[in-house]
Amino acid sequence: MRFAELHLDLQRLSAPLPIWHARVDRAGWIAVAAQVAQARGRLLSVWGRSGSTGPSVCAAFATPEGLVWAELPLAGAEDRYPDLSDTFACATRMQRSLADLGGLHADHANDRRPWLDHGLWATAAPLATAGAPAGAAAGTLPADYPFVRVEGDGVHEIAVGPVHAGIIEPGHFRFSVVGEKVLRLEQHLGYVHKGIERRFTELAPLQAYRLAGRVSGDMTVAYAWAYAMALESACGTSVPERAEWLRALMLERERVANHLGDLGALGNDAALAFGLAQFSRLREDWQRLSQRAFGHRFMMDAVVPGGVAGDLSLSLRDEQRRQCDELEREVRRLRHIYDEHAGLQDRFMGTGRVTPELAARLGLAGMAGRASGQAVDLRHDHDWQPYRALQARIATQQGGDVAARVALRFDELAESLRLIRELCARLPEGGVAAVVQLPGHAVQGAGWVEGWRGEVLVALSLGAEGRIERCHAHDPSWQNWPVLEHAVIGNIVPDFPLINKSFNLSYSGVDL
Amino acid sequence: MWQILRQIVRTGIVTEPPPALDAALKDEVRRIHDELLAILGSALAIRQVDAGSCNGCELEIHALNNPYYNIEGLGIHFVASPRHADMLLVTGPVSRHMEEALRRTYDATPQPRLVVALGDCACDGGIFGESYASCGRVSNVIPVDAVVPGCPPPPLEILRGILAAVKMNPRGGRQAG
Repeated sequence: MRFAELHLDLQRLSAPLPIWHARVDRAGWIAVAAQVAQARGRLLSVWGRSGSTGPSVCAAFATPEGLVWAELPLAGAEDRYPDLSDTFACATRMQRSLADLGGLHADHANDRRPWLDHGLWATAAPLATAGAPAGAAAGTLPADYPFVRVEGDGVHEIAVGPVHAGIIEPGHFRFSVVGEKVLRLEQHLGYVHKGIERRFTELAPLQAYRLAGRVSGDMTVAYAWAYAMALESACGTSVPERAEWLRALMLERERVANHLGDLGALGNDAALAFGLAQFSRLREDWQRLSQRAFGHRFMMDAVVPGGVAGDLSLSLRDEQRRQCDELEREVRRLRHIYDEHAGLQDRFMGTGRVTPELAARLGLAGMAGRASGQAVDLRHDHDWQPYRALQARIATQQGGDVAARVALRFDELAESLRLIRELCARLPEGGVAAVVQLPGHAVQGAGWVEGWRGEVLVALSLGAEGRIERCHAHDPSWQNWPVLEHAVIGNIVPDFPLINKSFNLSYSGVDL
Repeated sequence: MWQILRQIVRTGIVTEPPPALDAALKDEVRRIHDELLAILGSALAIRQVDAGSCNGCELEIHALNNPYYNIEGLGIHFVASPRHADMLLVTGPVSRHMEEALRRTYDATPQPRLVVALGDCACDGGIFGESYASCGRVSNVIPVDAVVPGCPPPPLEILRGILAAVKMNPRGGRQAG
């Protein structure tokens, strides 16, 4: 696909990855979606804006050439826009959220149930409301959510959550089962909706990176970087090379920490407590060095607009390289044990399977997508530093089951360790932060980063007076939660925790 | 199987021999372990409730179970139901959508019960504050006995917080069972 074929007035944003913005009319909105779909591109996100320029609906499409941010302005009283869910299945929940938060509705959409709105807010469409919406009203009970019922001989429902049995984020799962077998799973999320996108508009642009870093705690580096990239692209800031390399170093450290945590938890969920003990020990060592190198065990607030919060000393740089060597040896041994363990493989193989065909049709994203043959990884697909210099390699598996998602984590871990060693060895000299000068006029920017779970997007609009008018953060879990409903079908209920963990999706990141 | 055993032997007991770098940290963990054991005698059952967090606090609570902190080795364990719990460990600003669930969890916890608000958000609303969707601090919804600030608090701080809550509670001197 060539951008020229889209016949759009594309405006290139000054981000390190190719990102374009275009205003479209209703016909253009549908045409872009159709052409992207035809060229096997992806719908990344759908969100709404209101503000000085009037309401509009936005969509971000990922294509091999880059990201297209299409914006459809709506006339004053217009609150409808053409539905994208026929072309891209993953649009459904994003459009339902847009209706809840922004009061804008997709025309002729099949599913118009509220998604984020549980019927408890004092204000409808809080993002479209001028001024701060009224505070939380107490004493009312959530509205009944109309789950789809499965009926038949011996079919019954199992309701789980929002408070789960483990130490995990809250959400509700409704299983329709016959015996132990799952016929259907329906999710109901939104329990940790805490008004993040509204909160962005109340913070100063140079401070809001802290909020971005708390969209999803385990992806703090990815979100802070995406936010910083969005702000820098809006302000035309050029970031020192060393800072970009340090950001990549942190992003890979974040990926390694999460893969270590998941590999342990997956072993544990398949009754190999040994795996949890080993991997959680390695993760702890890893986090302690992150704390010493970047000031925080998760590296929160270490990526700031313009660069990074602090420089890395020579000795801590060398320590990271040594830690990579040591960790690689340990992980190689553990991988061998995982691969050879009959009980583990019995639980992993064929469980929670998403075939590459289904993954492509439903838009399975990120790490889970790569385990189902979807070869998409921004670090590899686009020329951005320092990944271009390091020639990041993409890992894929074809199996699409828990075993494939475990294998993929091992593969990615090895590649991240290689990248970290390279980043440390070739770290450029120089400053680590540039001054970000806010422009005195309305402007927009976008940040697009391959986090450990998948690609995150931050779309930022600043008003003329230098305030945040709209900041939209997108998590790859939007694409993947609905696919999890498919992955579970035909499996047994006790395998759900294992399948769920193998996807490891964010609740906070989609509830916002 | 022998590979697993070999790895276990190779790893050793990491809870015990502290690397020189972490000596102070290890001593602190051991002291807290000893104090908790002295007070509790038997066991403490904790029900963790995420009332709206970003998941950062949960990850650090998970870390308490790693061999370094070895919280289960103390007889402190996390339970699946509030009905089995002595303590609620609550994270996050309380989202409006979790308010009722948190209140019901609290009501289902048998007395005497302890409530610890964990992390900056649970202590004072944190960066999310109070809004149309967030009730802010945990004490806006249920009574809180102790707070553990931090974003997120590292595992050692969480251990300290649990110890502080157990100590301040009048039933703290519960007999060993």
